[in-house]
Order: sequence, then C-alpha cells, then structure tokens
Amino acid sequence: MPAVLEIEGLRKTYKSRRRGTRNALDGFDMRVDAGQVHGFLGPNGSGKTTTLRTLLGLIRPDGGRMALLGHEVPDALPTVAGQVGAIVESPQFFPHFTARDTLSLLAGAGEVPAVRVDEVLELVGLRDRSGERVKTYSLGMKQRLAVASALLKNPKLLILDEPANGLDPGGIREMRTLMRTLAESGMTVVLSSHILGEIQLICDSVTIISLGRRVAFGPVDEVLAQHSSGAVRIRLEAVSDLPVATEALTQAGIRVTGHPDHLMLAGVDKPASVTRLLAEKNLYVSELAPIAVDLESVFLELTATAPVPGQHRQVDESMKVGGTGQPGPAGGGWGA
Amino acid sequence: MSLFRTELRRLSKRRFTRYMTLLGLLVLAAVVVGVFFTNQKIDAGQLAQAERQADQQYQEQMRWSEQERAACEQAKTAGTATDGRYPDDCSVITPPPREEIKAEWFLPSTFDFKETFAETLIPFAAILALVGFVIGASFVGAEWSTGGMMNLLLWRPKRLTVLLTKLAALLTGILAVTLPAAVLWFAGFWAVANFRGSTEKMTSGTWQSFMLTGVRGVVLVLVLTTIGFALASLGRHTAMALGGVVAVMVVGQFGLGILLSMASVRFAEAWLLPTYVLAWMTKTVTLQDWNSCNATYYGECKPATMDITWQQSSILLSVGVVVILGAALWAMRRRDIS
Repeated sequence: MPAVLEIEGLRKTYKSRRRGTRNALDGFDMRVDAGQVHGFLGPNGSGKTTTLRTLLGLIRPDGGRMALLGHEVPDALPTVAGQVGAIVESPQFFPHFTARDTLSLLAGAGEVPAVRVDEVLELVGLRDRSGERVKTYSLGMKQRLAVASALLKNPKLLILDEPANGLDPGGIREMRTLMRTLAESGMTVVLSSHILGEIQLICDSVTIISLGRRVAFGPVDEVLAQHSSGAVRIRLEAVSDLPVATEALTQAGIRVTGHPDHLMLAGVDKPASVTRLLAEKNLYVSELAPIAVDLESVFLELTATAPVPGQHRQVDESMKVGGTGQPGPAGGGWGA
Repeated sequence: MSLFRTELRRLSKRRFTRYMTLLGLLVLAAVVVGVFFTNQKIDAGQLAQAERQADQQYQEQMRWSEQERAACEQAKTAGTATDGRYPDDCSVITPPPREEIKAEWFLPSTFDFKETFAETLIPFAAILALVGFVIGASFVGAEWSTGGMMNLLLWRPKRLTVLLTKLAALLTGILAVTLPAAVLWFAGFWAVANFRGSTEKMTSGTWQSFMLTGVRGVVLVLVLTTIGFALASLGRHTAMALGGVVAVMVVGQFGLGILLSMASVRFAEAWLLPTYVLAWMTKTVTLQDWNSCNATYYGECKPATMDITWQQSSILLSVGVVVILGAALWAMRRRDIS
C-alpha cells in the first residue's frame, strides 16, 4: 500500500536562554498507509501535537523529511492542503459566528461548494443547531464542528487530534462509526487520542511516541503481540498446593508471582507445558487463563507512564527509546 | 479571489465591525447636526444691527480711553502715577482703530463653507481613522486569539498571502465606508452652509483644495487602519495594538511633551506625532518659539517659526507603515503558530 503520510528523522528544538534547550521531536519517524485508520499515541508533552503542527506547516522543523500524499512538505503544502483535512488540539472557532457561518467562510476560503456545508453538518449531527452561535456550544458540539470543518474538503487524508474529547458516549460511538465509514470509503484517517480503548477498537495500525521519538509502530495486533509477556493466571484445586506449585514452576524457569488464591506466571510460551508440569507433581489445575495485553498496558509499558502509588509523575517523565528504560527526565527536558 | 471575497464577508459579518462603524458614522452625523443647530443664516437686518453694535463698542472704547488718559494726566500731575497703573507717556492710551472692532463679533455663528469646511475634514478623518484602527486591530487580533488564523492556514497554507489578503479585504471594507461617508460629509456641510450659512465665493480652486484635503483624510484613515492591523498581527492579539497606542500616546507623547517642555527644547511640538497628523491634513503647521524673543505688549517682535509640511508628514507615515507592516509580515513568515 502506498504511504499517505511519511515522516523521517523529524526534529524540532525549542531554545530558551533561561531554560535551555528542549527537543520536542528528536528524530521522529512515522508512516501511515493509504486507507488505514491510524492511531497516534503518546503521553502529554511527548510531541504529538508538535508533530501534527509541523506536518501541517504551522511549525518550522529543524530537520528531517515529511511527505503528505506523496508530496514533500512543507514546500508542497499549498498543493496538498486541499486534500488534507485536519483539526489540531482543541477546537477553536470565532465564538460569535454560527456553525453554518464558520463552515461557510472556510468553504469560501477553500473554494469548496456551499452544498458541502449542509452535508458535513448532517454528517456530524449539527444540522438542527447550525444556526446557533458557536459560543453557546458545548465542548462536544464544538468537537463535532471541528470534525465537520476537517471533513468539509472531502479530504483524502483526515488528521484528527483528540476528536472524541468532550463527546458523550453516544457521540464517541458515532465518531467511531464515522471513522470506520470514512476509512471504508477510501479515506485515510490519523487519530490522536488518549482513549486507548477506542484506538484499539477503531485503528488498523498505531504509532506510539515518547519524548519526541517513536517507541512502537505497526498494525495494532502486531504491536500487542510484540509486547505480550506470555502472562498466564492459574488456580489449583487446593489453595494449599500453591507453594509447591510455585517451587516447581520456578525450578522450570518460569517467573511466578504469588497471590492468595492464584499464581501469575510470566514468560510462558506454551500454556500446555504448565499443566503437564504440574500434573507430573500431582497438582491439578482448575483454571488456566492466558492474560491478553491491551493497548493501554502496552502504552503504559512503552512510555513508562503507569502510575506508581505515592509518586507524582511529571509531564516529561516518560520513556525515551534507546534510554535506560526507567522513567525519568533524561534527555529532552528543559535544561538538557 | 475567493479568499478575498471570503475575508470581506468575514469582515462584514463581525458584530464588532458593524457596531464600531455604526458608532463612528453616528458621531460624524452628530457633528453635522450639531453644526447645523449652532449656526444660522445672517440676513441684512442682522448685519446692520451688528455694524451698529460695533460702532457702539467703538464709541465706548473712545470714551474709556479718554477717561483713562485724563486720569493718567491727573495722576501724573499729582505725582501718584508711580504705582505702575499708567504708562509713562499718557498719550499712548488710545482706543483701538475702528476697523479692529469687527461686526462679525456681534453676529450669531454662521457656517461659511469656503472658510470653515476644510477644518471639518480633520475631525472627519480623525474619527474614521480611529474606527479603522480599532476594526483593523480587532479583525486580525481576534483571528489570532480565537484560533481562526490557524484554521485558515490549514486551508490556505500561504502565510503572507493570507495576511495580505486579509489586509486588502480590510482596507477595501474601510474604503467602502469612508468614501460614501466623505461624500455625505461634503453634502451634509453644503446643506448646512445653504441653510445655516453661506456657500458664496466658492471657486474651482477651493473645490480642488477641499478634494485634496479629503483625499489626504482618506489616506490617513487607511494608514491608521493598516497600522492597527499590523500591530495586532505582530502581537497576535487585539490588545497589542490598543495597548501599544495607549503606551505611545501616554508615555511617548504626553510624557515626551512634558519632558521637552521642562527642558525648554525649541519647537517641542516637532517631536510629537499629532503635529505631523495635523500637518498632513492642513498642509502646513507653523510652530513658534516664543523664547526666541521677548515679545512685549507694545513691541513688534515676532517669534521664530518652523514649518512642518505635509510632505514631511508623508515621509513619517510611510516609514511608520513600512516598518510596522514589514515587522508583521516578517513575524508571520518566521514565527511558529501554536
């Protein structure tokens, strides 16, 4: 499949006399193939929005290469802008205009037929409220309007930064359906979101960024599989047998974590080997359940942003690829 | 072209634009109406009555002078004229010449189109320039602060084209208000002169002079609109322009004026911007240095003068526009949009 979005070695450095240098993007790579719904994930301050702004010509990069729809950007942005719909960060509109006026003015600036305004208003569910001023809208309604503005061009590539932010549960489901429908119609969608359950449901592939670098990428299934730890939960018929089982499994090279009524095993390639091993010791398994990883756990593991009781993680304390693997502000923080 | 039309639509749809324009036009209308009701037409009877009052005033001045001269002579003879009340030579106490007491002083106010209309173009330009400045600043400042500019750049990723098109639309809109307003201003005061004054002695040269002053007024409106727009774009907020003007006027003008005055600088007004704006409108402002001679009540000493011409003002306005708009364009091109 051809790449619709390509980023290689993207760098953006902010310099401040007082606070030193901060690498917002530190050689970031990304690739999105045509027709996919692609999730773009990262902790706060990891460089997601900077990436999108740079890609869309709002921020000047310090290095690297970017291409949209096969054209090098930012040089070719005027050529491809008509085929890229985007919302970046929170939706921002002139508060005293109505939704219809807002879209109509954008359509005028982009030479989009006026009839398209009604189509997108219908699509995002704002048809009946389109005559009201934007300042009266809830966050969710503004979000819908932002999505409508991005869809106005009927783009080939749709870039949405936190599109589900502020939406009610029904709205989130509608947004999910809309994304899938758009992808099925041939549109490529890039979604930045923190609702990882949604990303796992909607997206074909993901890129995870941490401290300005890519830490994982690829189809969702592959990313999950790569970071599956082979964890298995087992229960025995008799709870009193758990210490004996722990000893037997440990001797077999399996990492075991004991719990009052069950054991958690890690690094198990074949669960059947566990039942055979325990049966040989006359220990009988009443439950054996492989623990499936989800995107949230992979994200927390890769970015090292899982909450730790008693600690208050700071924004820049997350995983940097090629680093020590421990959370900490190493590299990229102010003063680095 | 579609972007230009869209920006014109955006400008006209904004409530602030509509209210400020309406307010500005209402103030202009109030000026015309005020002048209409504070002037009246002079007939021959009123003119004759004024001449009589001037004669009467002259007679009173004659009597008073005679009395004072007699009192002076008397005091001089009595040797009590040393308190400074009278001059050494009592003969200098004379009444003013008859022609110095003008009949117009005893006439109600009347609007002479030829004599007065040019002055009215100064408040006309000033009010519309203020309206243009504020609308210009708000037009682009609100776009920056609400994120509209970012949205627009996602659609038209040519920064300078977008900013200059916005400016072109703004100037077109301001011109579309200013030109009809100028025509109505001319017509309004012509009507005032017809009904409450005089339109006599108008020549083609006078009309030409009025037209040129009007054109300079329109240029002033456009210049200040551009400066307001550029300042707000530079600071990416309406308040940048408004705050900048307040700072310049309070610190740069009032403060500087006081400082120059305290330092007894010659022609201090030559350092103040309003002097150049006035010179632009009136073609010449003559500054006087009263410290250059001791002008006395009786003396003929004239102060040194310095002319500020509209050509000098045009250089100042041009440099101001080039520098401020240039800085705004540079910032638009170079700075990240976040």
